[in-house]
Amino acid sequence: MSSHATDTHAEHGEEHESMTKGKIWKVFFILLGITCVEFIIALILVPKGIIPGHIANPLYIVLTLFKAFYIIAYFMHLKFEKTGLIISIVVPVLFIIGLILVLTNESHHWITLRG
Amino acid sequence: MMWFFLLSDAFTFSSLLIAYGALRFSAYAWPSAALVFQSVPGLIEHGAPLVFVGLMTFILIMSSVTMVLAVEAGHRNARKEVIGWMIATVIGGLMFLGCQALEWNHLHSEGFWWSSIPTSPEKLQEFFAVGVPYAAQAASAHQFANLFFTITGFHGFHVFTGVVINIIITVNVLLGTYEKRGSYLMIEKVGLYWHFVDLVWVFVFTFFYLV
Repeated sequence: MSSHATDTHAEHGEEHESMTKGKIWKVFFILLGITCVEFIIALILVPKGIIPGHIANPLYIVLTLFKAFYIIAYFMHLKFEKTGLIISIVVPVLFIIGLILVLTNESHHWITLRG
Repeated sequence: MMWFFLLSDAFTFSSLLIAYGALRFSAYAWPSAALVFQSVPGLIEHGAPLVFVGLMTFILIMSSVTMVLAVEAGHRNARKEVIGWMIATVIGGLMFLGCQALEWNHLHSEGFWWSSIPTSPEKLQEFFAVGVPYAAQAASAHQFANLFFTITGFHGFHVFTGVVINIIITVNVLLGTYEKRGSYLMIEKVGLYWHFVDLVWVFVFTFFYLV
């Protein structure tokens, strides 16, 4: 965003680059569109066997992460904040994702442990 | 500060969702989402998977949009527009809570509750793929019920507090508190919380209803 350079130098209390109405609706339609794609996968493509379940699941997660990105970056306007804040929020979230990957991998081994 | 509170809240939610994922992936079988969530309470009893939760998702995303529009109006110090969008956001939140109450009531009437599952094996079989042994069904149905009510309950509690906070802020706007202060920054702060609630729902929706 070209606004980034200007809003960090803006006056105190007015540091947030405001979202224009057009941008808000654009993000809304992106979110709605991604949700519709998820529904099409869940209701049409998987039952008809066009996409097998083990491919659909990672696909849902990727689409969900896209939605999360749009909500955080635009609705919560993190994209327009100072770099320090962005890093301090994003880095811990990356650790969470790491923990999720480790634990889902681990849980696959629990099945064999349970017998 | 709101950002760091939300980060800590994100830790709480992700620990719940990680527990859900670990239990689910290590389970022999799991109730099929398309079979558990296939009714629209009061309208369609069977055969409409994901329709009702789709409506709930739409309501929550929509109320997130009205919240951003309130923030945007706040930047322009347009008090009347802020009031309108805030009221719309509160209504969206209440509609979502109403839908969730219906959803819970429906599952409860099927026999699911905390540490409670449908008592008859025939009833329980309705939620599983054919050929899953009863013992495996019972074990994972218990886990499913506990996790579903705990996680959606925790999220619903967040929605509820969000609605209460939104109402307080709306009253403050009506009283002209922020007009006197000369800035509608508070709208942005509660907006962050509200979007976070929406964000968590996006994940809950994916992991409970789609995967």
